[in-house]
Amino acid sequence: MSLKYITPSERFKRYLPKDYVELIDYGPFGKTQDEAGPGNMGQFKELVEEHPMCSGCWMAYYIRLIFASLPKPEETVTIGTAGCGRLAISQAAVPFIYGNYGDQNAMASGLTRAFRLRFPDKTKDVITIAGDGGTMDIGFSMTMHSWIRGEKFTTIMLDNEVYGNTGGQSSGMSPKGAVLKMAPLGKDFEKMPATDLAKAAGCVYIVRMSPTNIKKAAKVIRRAIFVAREVGPTFIQAYTSCNIEYSIPTEDVFADAKAQEKDRFTFDEYMTDAAKEVIERVEAEEKAAKKAKKAMEA
Amino acid sequence: MSYLDDGRPQPVKKLVDMDYLLNEAPREKHFITGAQAMAEAVKRANVDMAIAYPITPQSEVMHLVGDVFAQGHIKEYYRAEEELGTMSAIAGASRAGVRLFTATSGPGLMRGLEAIVSWSGHRVPAVLGILTRVINAPLSIQPDNIEMAYMMHCGAVMLHAENQQDTFDFTLAAFAIAEKVDVYIPVAVATEGFFVTHAKGYVDMMSEDLGYLDFDSVASPVPAMDNETPPARIQRDAPVQKSNFMSYLIHSVWQQEIWDSNKRAMKYIYQYLGGPIEVQNPEADVFIVASGCAAAQAREAWRYAQEDGLSVGLIKVKAIRPFPADEIRDVVKNAKALIVPEHNIIGWLCKEIKATIPNGGIVVEGPRVYGGMTLPVELIMKEIHDALGLEYDLQL
Ligand SMILES: Cc1ncc(C[n+]2csc(CCOP(=O)(O)OP(=O)(O)O)c2C)c(N)n1
Ligand code: SF4
Ligand SMILES: [Mg+2]
Repeated sequence: MSLKYITPSERFKRYLPKDYVELIDYGPFGKTQDEAGPGNMGQFKELVEEHPMCSGCWMAYYIRLIFASLPKPEETVTIGTAGCGRLAISQAAVPFIYGNYGDQNAMASGLTRAFRLRFPDKTKDVITIAGDGGTMDIGFSMTMHSWIRGEKFTTIMLDNEVYGNTGGQSSGMSPKGAVLKMAPLGKDFEKMPATDLAKAAGCVYIVRMSPTNIKKAAKVIRRAIFVAREVGPTFIQAYTSCNIEYSIPTEDVFADAKAQEKDRFTFDEYMTDAAKEVIERVEAEEKAAKKAKKAMEA
Repeated sequence: MSYLDDGRPQPVKKLVDMDYLLNEAPREKHFITGAQAMAEAVKRANVDMAIAYPITPQSEVMHLVGDVFAQGHIKEYYRAEEELGTMSAIAGASRAGVRLFTATSGPGLMRGLEAIVSWSGHRVPAVLGILTRVINAPLSIQPDNIEMAYMMHCGAVMLHAENQQDTFDFTLAAFAIAEKVDVYIPVAVATEGFFVTHAKGYVDMMSEDLGYLDFDSVASPVPAMDNETPPARIQRDAPVQKSNFMSYLIHSVWQQEIWDSNKRAMKYIYQYLGGPIEVQNPEADVFIVASGCAAAQAREAWRYAQEDGLSVGLIKVKAIRPFPADEIRDVVKNAKALIVPEHNIIGWLCKEIKATIPNGGIVVEGPRVYGGMTLPVELIMKEIHDALGLEYDLQL
């Protein structure tokens, strides 16, 4: 029903906001990645079009990328929390739920289970997208326990290594030594090992990355979602710098993200055998569909 | 009997509306605890999902609800990580359009409060059992209902059960009240831990082969966020995510609507529970006004007063939210004194009543017991005699 329920009947279209109609006609709903995906961002009506995040904010860019990579935006629900990211996530044309700071993975646990009991034969993708503070500090117990319980949804941590939204306080994910608010003498303990924790807690697909390569970042997002559907909890820790609080000049944001690839955000992809099986199957299916389509066109 | 994939049986039930279930279906008498009464109500409420986290004295309720799940009366049940996780998961699950139940006690309520107090704003029509217990230090696990004071200002409907029978009836009614389209906010059903949860009383119950009608995810003022229920919900909260005038405005009108919804619950409290108060001897000079277990003690004091031929009446307050201000004002308009016995130190009911009537000076503060003490009827008798200008030899 989902694609159908967002699609207005032809005769009703002229009464609807133009923005909405364009989203249905030219947006990514029901389309493949080749038709409307990260590779041709800017050439279709995107799910996130405007947001009030700082100019040059790398997190804003990554959020745009997440939405362009969704395998089934018409069947996706996102859950966010307090923090900069929700300013953009809440404006995407995908249902967004906001509870209280840090509760996103508990909300997603309830939501995912309720979806499965109501729609046992359907795919409903639930994704939590929260900051490093929301995921690893205030929400730590809810994050960890959702993984320990094996809840089938995707957790994306927007790791800017700081509490951006409240003005630059140090978080558990800030690097040791960083001088930030509430750590005026420099943070005196190590950055939390988020991916190790995820592994210990039972995540079945885990990636740490600095999303500088659009194709690679999109692939990871999709893999995490495909695996969560069938196998178990999946986790992406993505570097999404805060150029304001870390005083990164806007023009250097990309260079900084590149530099982080060789520093705290070296690419690390972990998957269980069951996760691998799903990834190989789905990607083979996608390839076959692409080939078949090409053959048809020829 | 058929079986579910996980091996649980799938009981065959006749689903009926709440009017029939609560007020017409034939009942049989059982001798059960308050915890059993709450779980038996959940069994008949056709609940989709229950989420549990243990705390004495609530645990007994959620153990039994677990059994009810194992017997196939509930579709999904799990133990969450702690109460904030529990209450947040309830909020999340609610967006999928399902019927939900959880329960907690004192410190658990406090821990989950950040999530609970936002349920009404999120239009979560879940039912919450509150099996009261001391909060604050020093520790006691006994029934003191001070935690209810913290629940009174969040927009939720609140019912306070006197005994095991109330616990059963109020819990069932709660589901119907919460899910009315013109209400659609959570309903909390409170009763005293141990005094009610762990003590047995007579409860008239309808057959467990009856169940409440399925949750209707379409009959909602805010459509489920399931990508299925029209109108297409592309976003729900976005304008509130910014600090601008629109966000202030949206919050204020939204909260007004929550409290209006709370008021609109009153007609359903009449429909299912015969009204928010019970009155005995409406012509009396002196009234005892009480809720929950204190109402049971007040009832006993009222009975003694009747035997002694004293002009004493009883008002049992069943609904704490919406507060039955008009109803109470009307009954006590000619009264000379109101005695308000309570199981907490701050006297939240006393404060409500004082703020409700034009002549608050006639309200006697107490008697109050706290920390989980029992409330001797003699303390109430003493206040009755004082109010009537009579001698009373208080012996405890
Ligand atoms: C219970 C609670 N505590 C504190 C806050 C204040 N708060 C809002 S956002 C935030 C920090 C966000 O940091 P992070 O999660 O890393 O997200 P970012 O803004 O960096 O993307 C804090 C502390 C809150 N909203 N709620
Ligand atoms: S404060 Fe930092 S993370 Fe937040 S929007 Fe600005 S640049 Fe982005
Ligand atoms: Mg951050």
